[in-house]
Amino acid sequence: MTAPQHHIPEPMMAAYVAGNLPQPFAVVVATHISMCDECRARHETHLALGGAVLESLEDAPVSDAMRAGLFAMLDEPAPEEPAAPKPRGIYPAPLADMVPGDGPRWRSIGMGARQSILWRGKEGSLRLLYIPAGQAVPDHSHNGLELTLVLQGSFSDEGGRFGVGDVEVADEAVEHTPLAGIDSPCICLAATDAPLRFSGMIPRLLQPVFRI
Amino acid sequence: ALNKLQHAPETELLIAVRDRRDKQAFAQLFDIYAPKLKAMVMRSGTPAAQAEDIVQDAMLSVWRKAAQFDAHRSQASGWIYRIARNRMIDIARRDYRPLPEELKIDEPPAEQPAEIMAMDQEAARLRAALDTLPQSQREMIEKAYLGELSHKEITETTGLPLGTIKSRIRLGLERLRHELKDLRQS
Ligand SMILES: [Zn+2]
Ligand SMILES: [Zn+2]
Repeated sequence: MTAPQHHIPEPMMAAYVAGNLPQPFAVVVATHISMCDECRARHETHLALGGAVLESLEDAPVSDAMRAGLFAMLDEPAPEEPAAPKPRGIYPAPLADMVPGDGPRWRSIGMGARQSILWRGKEGSLRLLYIPAGQAVPDHSHNGLELTLVLQGSFSDEGGRFGVGDVEVADEAVEHTPLAGIDSPCICLAATDAPLRFSGMIPRLLQPVFRI
Repeated sequence: ALNKLQHAPETELLIAVRDRRDKQAFAQLFDIYAPKLKAMVMRSGTPAAQAEDIVQDAMLSVWRKAAQFDAHRSQASGWIYRIARNRMIDIARRDYRPLPEELKIDEPPAEQPAEIMAMDQEAARLRAALDTLPQSQREMIEKAYLGELSHKEITETTGLPLGTIKSRIRLGLERLRHELKDLRQS
């Protein structure tokens, strides 16, 4: 695997480190870091900055009772930690936990394309997309932010070529037509903080049904 | 110890907790960081009493997870910041919290004091860079890392000097990049 060329934007990494990124995006960031040494290093550096901010804060004195209570707990046996999630196939650890062991529950969205919704809430949605080799994702624009991470194959659009590990960031201003590479079907992880808007008439009608 | 390489005191303390379960060292770490963590938690609007519970919980995590501290990759303040933010998220929202995959390291590399010291020096330079920022920019950085700005706000905030600190970030990056490469090859 060549190293990813398209990375997590700086502000998004800062928000992730502070724990202030909508859930679907946080999963994409954690997954990308798992695939990208450069962003793993950037992640650590943002944590260092967080630590510097922490150190610069003015002390809020804590009570002796709390301190004593803590020290009384140090020798207690620690509760068992849940095992760290493991990567599975094309799914890095943070994602493997969200995909059923026997594979994603795919649903057709037409033209051989499929999707599997992994998470949906008021913060947006997270899904896997499967695009047959050489095919296009239906023309669409976005009400909010869309983050797409390639897990298998590749796609190209107005923003360039995106291979395994690459992240594309698209917002309201972007109307793009991602086209899957011809070598293999493209599987990607897509997070949005608002429903997608398809440009074609029929996809728009179908949108509520498919919950894209 | 004239010729002995000195780590930042906080790093030494956390290593003592990690390797020797040193309660004295932990007490010192507590006295440094607990009041800062309380200030951080209260900044998010949590009342003082509840903030103390969260700080207690976070410091207990520091004690219990100390084995995971790798001084080649993080320094104490960043590592403790991470533990505390994660605990705050866990408490605020019982949701699944996605964490990056751990690096697969068959055998942890031997302690490299020079590397650790270089790491501490980078962190010190980062803090110094932060200190030299104009007040307004400093405040934006603070707000961003204390979770007071949404991603959208961080992106839109023109005053946020992510560009200014980028050179520091890039330096840290270079170091960490080599570190990661070494880890993978060992
Ligand atoms: Zn990256
Ligand atoms: Zn799109």
